Amino acid sequence: MRRAHFKFSWIVPLLLAPQLLVIFTFFYWPSAQALYWAFTLEQPWGGGNTWVGLQNFRKVLSDPYYWGSVRVSVIYALATTVLAMGMALTLALFVDRQLAGYRAWRVGIIWPYAVAAPAVGLAFNFVFNPGAGIFSVINTLSPGWWDLSKYPWQAVTAIVIAGAWKQVAYSFIFFLAALQSIPRSLTEAAAMDGARPLRRMIDLQLPLLTPTFFFLLVINITDSFTDSFGIVDTLTGGGPFRATDLMVYKIYSDGFRGFDYSGAAAQSIILMCLVMALTFIQFRYVERRVHYT
Amino acid sequence: MAEIAIRNVTKTYGKTTIMQGVNLTIHNGEFVVILGPSGCGKSTLLRLIAGLEEITAGEIAIAGQVVNDLEPRERGCAMVFQNYALYPHMTVAENVGYALKVAGVPKAERMARVAETAKSVGLADFLDRKPGQLSGGQRQRVAMARAIIREPKVFLFDEPLSNLDAKLRVQMRHEIRRIHNQIKATSVFVTHDQHEGMTLADRLVVMNKGTIEQVGTPAEIYDRPASLYVAGFIGSPAMNFLPGQYSAARRAVVLEGGAVIGLPGDPGASDGQFVQLGIRPEHVALRAPGHGMIDARLEIVEDLGASRLWNLRIEDIPFSLITEARAHPPVGATTGLVLDLRHAHLFDGATGKRMETTLGALRAVPAQ
Amino acid sequence: MIERTPILNLATHLILAVGLVLILVPIWLAFVAATHDLQAVNSAPVEFWPGDQLWPNLKEAWALSDFGQKFVNSFIVAIGVVVGKITLACLTAFALVFFQFRGRMVIFWAIFITLMLPLEVRIVPTYAVAANALSPFQTIMDWTGISWLLNSLAGIEVSLEWNLLNSYTGLILPLVATATGTFLYRQFFLTIPDELVEAARMDGAGPLRFLWDILIPLSKTNIAALATIMFVYAWNQYLWPLLVVTDRANYGVVVVQLSDLVPDQLTTGGGTPTWHLAMAATMVVMLPPILIVIFMQRWFVRGLINTDK
Repeated sequence: MRRAHFKFSWIVPLLLAPQLLVIFTFFYWPSAQALYWAFTLEQPWGGGNTWVGLQNFRKVLSDPYYWGSVRVSVIYALATTVLAMGMALTLALFVDRQLAGYRAWRVGIIWPYAVAAPAVGLAFNFVFNPGAGIFSVINTLSPGWWDLSKYPWQAVTAIVIAGAWKQVAYSFIFFLAALQSIPRSLTEAAAMDGARPLRRMIDLQLPLLTPTFFFLLVINITDSFTDSFGIVDTLTGGGPFRATDLMVYKIYSDGFRGFDYSGAAAQSIILMCLVMALTFIQFRYVERRVHYT
Repeated sequence: MAEIAIRNVTKTYGKTTIMQGVNLTIHNGEFVVILGPSGCGKSTLLRLIAGLEEITAGEIAIAGQVVNDLEPRERGCAMVFQNYALYPHMTVAENVGYALKVAGVPKAERMARVAETAKSVGLADFLDRKPGQLSGGQRQRVAMARAIIREPKVFLFDEPLSNLDAKLRVQMRHEIRRIHNQIKATSVFVTHDQHEGMTLADRLVVMNKGTIEQVGTPAEIYDRPASLYVAGFIGSPAMNFLPGQYSAARRAVVLEGGAVIGLPGDPGASDGQFVQLGIRPEHVALRAPGHGMIDARLEIVEDLGASRLWNLRIEDIPFSLITEARAHPPVGATTGLVLDLRHAHLFDGATGKRMETTLGALRAVPAQ
Repeated sequence: MIERTPILNLATHLILAVGLVLILVPIWLAFVAATHDLQAVNSAPVEFWPGDQLWPNLKEAWALSDFGQKFVNSFIVAIGVVVGKITLACLTAFALVFFQFRGRMVIFWAIFITLMLPLEVRIVPTYAVAANALSPFQTIMDWTGISWLLNSLAGIEVSLEWNLLNSYTGLILPLVATATGTFLYRQFFLTIPDELVEAARMDGAGPLRFLWDILIPLSKTNIAALATIMFVYAWNQYLWPLLVVTDRANYGVVVVQLSDLVPDQLTTGGGTPTWHLAMAATMVVMLPPILIVIFMQRWFVRGLINTDK
């Protein structure tokens, strides 16, 4: 850390207190609460808690609906990540060539980051709507073939596309920033060595993007677990037949519609562990990156 | 105006000792330069005086008051930093006047003093600029003005010229000395550049590995270096050292190659003692091979314009001399050398300490 | 660099154009739908060009969703989160970077860990805390026996109650409870040269003076970056306001209102789906953060990259 410091005084606790209080109340306490609930059985809003050990987890893990939710969450995570990062990387590589209109291209790709997830869900709900959107065209050719509310695979496809659409901007921003941080002299050296633009993309830019790539991989997967609620809620509502019942969505519906706090808490704990494991990988990686630069 | 007394000061970080038992008194109004290579503890000493670092043991007194526990602002010191440390979002005027603002000096008075100070360092036309719009030399002046305006008891300079180009450095050196002569505040100036030290200092302090090697006027230090280390550090090109053994019978140093250099006085060394004979390049003259005290082999000649620097080898020991002769013998040629032994220095081979006896008394240069 | 690559340049523009079209199409279609009337929207084939009904649709959607108060609420929440985050982040990072004290690393990690678990993951218990924000302290006092002590000594029944449901505080505070901004600030503070701190100390400035006179003016771009990100983040919150606000008329925010516009069986009762209104509302709700991102692009991108989320 730095060598220049002020002397410790009463100011320091005062400076730290607000943040620590907020974090304690709205982060640490709830997280501990979730743990407590996960191992006890509780009536919603009052009533007694009894220690039940791993029973809540056993119940969740033996629930086929839960495994269905895990399955679709994984599919959703992988599919949106691959789609979004693939598209973001391609666009970033070409935007980075800085031809005419560079700024316009950049803005055009960045703005979807600002669109709220439920707005994305609602817009795609319209686009994919069997009766009104562009996909209604398919139904005029082959009536009843396209219907999100009937066919699970179509619903999953819809949330994946909507989710990927929302994620492209984020990855794009990072890829482009990473590309622009490649020293100009390196590009020029490669050009002197006779490498043409496409060749440089493959031999120079892609390898140098590896750290960013892994960083984004983890971030995208984590986000897909946590950020998907708004899209699912306005696009499919978890249906049809729970086909798009992603983990966060299921926690919400079990906890706040089913009033099964203990079950929701157990699911929360599992999701927390998953996200923490992913984040841990990322921190380790970030740590390393800090050392190398 | 104040005297600075540093008594037995030690500074450690964890287990590393940066500075060990340093004693130094800086007189009122004196300009002292602390000279040493990087990592010798010179900057730490300055920061201890400023109060930017805490003293581990010992004490520092400014104007008779022990300041160990005083905050920087309570010590009455002003400091000029190496990177100037100007506040980038403030104009020159705001930078210079910031200390006064903090001290609660009314705006009108503050502005007047800022204008006056800026004028004295030649910044009057730049008061509304931001540091980013100034050249290196101008930033340097702002840093100076910021220190001067507080009318401090003590001026501290932390390698303030090292970011300037050579020409500007000389110019600012004169400027600093001029300002010092004007306001006569006690000044401590840290640098690794011996030219700065020699030209600026009333007294020089040479530091090495956290201790003080020697304190004295520039002339004293140049003419009578107290140790092998100081002798090698001060002077450019550096002093030559010839290792050998003292022979009491011949009152001479027998060099490793067998050459015998007779001494003009008694160095007070014991027979057979290992010594280092030191001689500056300007105190060596050329002779035909075999006609000097010792022969050397020429490696390269550097033309310095007014003179030439000959890099030679005596056996395997590098040796250099400065001559005005324009002869350009081929590389590998052998030449004879005569050492002006009135200017020779003798150091104890084991401790590196100067052997201070009649050898020194024989020298023509009077000590100041 | 002189490099003639006409074919590649053409391909570049082509690829970018295709990408941009893919990105724009869904929103374009939604926009087109917002400009037609009920009939046109629900008739196949789909309209690809805007009609003239945008203004009437907007007016109707606005009235239907009672957007007036909700926009005010959204702005209050977004600005509350922005101000809260910036203030807390700045103070915390300042204490952590510029002071040396025992337990500094512990506090640093305690804050760092909050980056790991987004609100969505711990939604159920956070909701319970919002019902009574003082319940953690009540529980602690009960456990440690302080409640009992107070009760038996002073006869005071300790029952702390602070309900955050249906309040701006409840909407804002939990969103402030992560470390995003703290790290942006910390990164920035670590780049401040030591000599600047020392110069300020030599000039006689104490810590708070240094914070106010030097650090805050220097962190203007930092504040802009954090503000854009936090505004977008807060404006787009959905799950949390959905739960914490039941009194939509007074405390509802616009994004949550979108869920009521999904033209499914519930809202249309089997009638023709009112896509034109839903899409008009979507356009309105999307607009403020998009404008922020476009106009504050430079700061937004910088902030996003430096926080690393």
